[in-house]
Amino acid sequence: MEYTIEDVRHKLRSGELTVKGLVADCMLRIHERDPEIHAFLDVYEDALNEAEEKDAMLKDAPQESPLFGIPIALKDNILVKGRRTTAGSKILENYTASFDATVVRKLKEAGAIIIGKTNLDEFAMGSSTENSAYGLTKNPRDPSRVPGGSSGGSAAAVAADMALGALGSDTGGSVRQPAAFCGVVGFKPTYGRVSRHGLIAMASSLDQIGPLAKTVRDAETLFSAVFGHDEFDATTVRRPYETSLDLSSIAGVRIGYPKEYFAGGLDSGISGKFDELRGVLKKNGAIVKDISLPHSSYALAAYYIVVPSEVSANLARFDGIRYGLSSNEDAKNLFEVYARTRERGFGPEVKRRIILGTYALSAGYYDAYYLKAQKVRTLIARDFERAFQDVDIVLGPTVPTPAFQFGAKTDPLSMYLADIYTVAINLAGLPGISVPGGLVPAGDGGELPFGIQLVAPWFEESKLFSIAKAVESIIKSA
Amino acid sequence: MALSEKEVIHIADLARIKIGEDEKKRFGKELAAILDFIGELDEIDTSGVVPMTGGTKEESIFRSDEPVSNSLEGEGADLVGASPKKKNGYVSVPSIFE
Repeated sequence: MEYTIEDVRHKLRSGELTVKGLVADCMLRIHERDPEIHAFLDVYEDALNEAEEKDAMLKDAPQESPLFGIPIALKDNILVKGRRTTAGSKILENYTASFDATVVRKLKEAGAIIIGKTNLDEFAMGSSTENSAYGLTKNPRDPSRVPGGSSGGSAAAVAADMALGALGSDTGGSVRQPAAFCGVVGFKPTYGRVSRHGLIAMASSLDQIGPLAKTVRDAETLFSAVFGHDEFDATTVRRPYETSLDLSSIAGVRIGYPKEYFAGGLDSGISGKFDELRGVLKKNGAIVKDISLPHSSYALAAYYIVVPSEVSANLARFDGIRYGLSSNEDAKNLFEVYARTRERGFGPEVKRRIILGTYALSAGYYDAYYLKAQKVRTLIARDFERAFQDVDIVLGPTVPTPAFQFGAKTDPLSMYLADIYTVAINLAGLPGISVPGGLVPAGDGGELPFGIQLVAPWFEESKLFSIAKAVESIIKSA
Repeated sequence: MALSEKEVIHIADLARIKIGEDEKKRFGKELAAILDFIGELDEIDTSGVVPMTGGTKEESIFRSDEPVSNSLEGEGADLVGASPKKKNGYVSVPSIFE
């Protein structure tokens, strides 16, 4: 079973497939593979009943929505009414969502079938899905390796054909990086495109919800269903979006290779693939230019001020009073309820980031850290602004290496380096997509996928998808 | 910059997280390494640079602070229900004054 949304959409209408058959296929796949992979934290077996209803509806009337009857998985930091939502944390072990996230409401309205919730690093903090309180997820391409993170469960579910598409959240690469590691497409929209109402917040000036899918076209289909202004998220914008074009060729498209991305620390196999790609793109008529994003090397440092600071504020709500775990039994006072609940409920990386952020925001340090990082964000955004005067798209690796082995990154800083090419895109608020680039040697005799990240100017998702589809087809035919 | 054990305890206190003996030492070391790393931002001259306060350069949007008919309406009971300790339809907390 190697379904794409595009493919299935037609097969459901021609009668070649039924929604029930499709959902049953996904369930079968989950039962076969997920005991090993552990992409899912929750599987909604009742999706089969919903599928029967959808089949009846399809018989009754034509259904326009391309997502009608399509089984979709959701990262478990996105709320679905009446379902458990854990954010990969013990502190929300018994939390049941009391409303649908806006993206969930939109998916349901589009006729999609939510088939379950996927694993993640606790509160989306991590790059390997090793930080989940509910066990780790394995990479379907090589189960001795991580699927990436933090949307590792969503990427693994799509890569292993357990769902046709998935939603994740991307704060510094958490959709694009696992997509690259698992060999699927992952897309982060422009900041403000997709409502975060009902997404458990991590770093609010960076968080965006984005799709993971088999193809660029499928990712666009999912994005088209969930984007748009929402009065429950004041950062969402009222801006139109036009469906991308099917470019007959990439001729004349100006593509920028940022020289800073190829400087050091990049896996030699991946680096070689980008040299090859440059030639292939040129042969297809693209204009490939070397560009400079001078503040690239500072993005990660700025990111690790902004994120912990905003995390420390956002996670203050997990206090043992309003929801989730509470250590209130033997607490002498309110402070003890807070402090003990958070001691027991949060894992080490979450504690580390809350403490770091509290420090960065504490009296006397604000200017030196958070304000400084915000100024650096401006400089990073300006780098891109300048680049986009010369090129249509910025292209480079999504991650400096292919998927690594479990336990390979024990100190926090080395784990953070996995996001070196993705965080700048969030800091600048730009749209970015990771497209599978093929396979590179894994170093152990095997081969692993790597990702090509394409970045477009703010709100130019149409252009991004158009060019990404062209690059995808060039790679597939190479 | 190193972080003393005392500082770690103070910050953890501000963050309302109780931390164990081993965590005091470990976090002190790890946070010092991260602070060293982010200290590289000092190399950049940011004088006169306007901070980017949000995810895009979009203007702030104001709205009147009025309750709207929303998806939470009528589901207040579910929200209270999510609380680990409640009494007569209210969230129950330990006393604040001692």
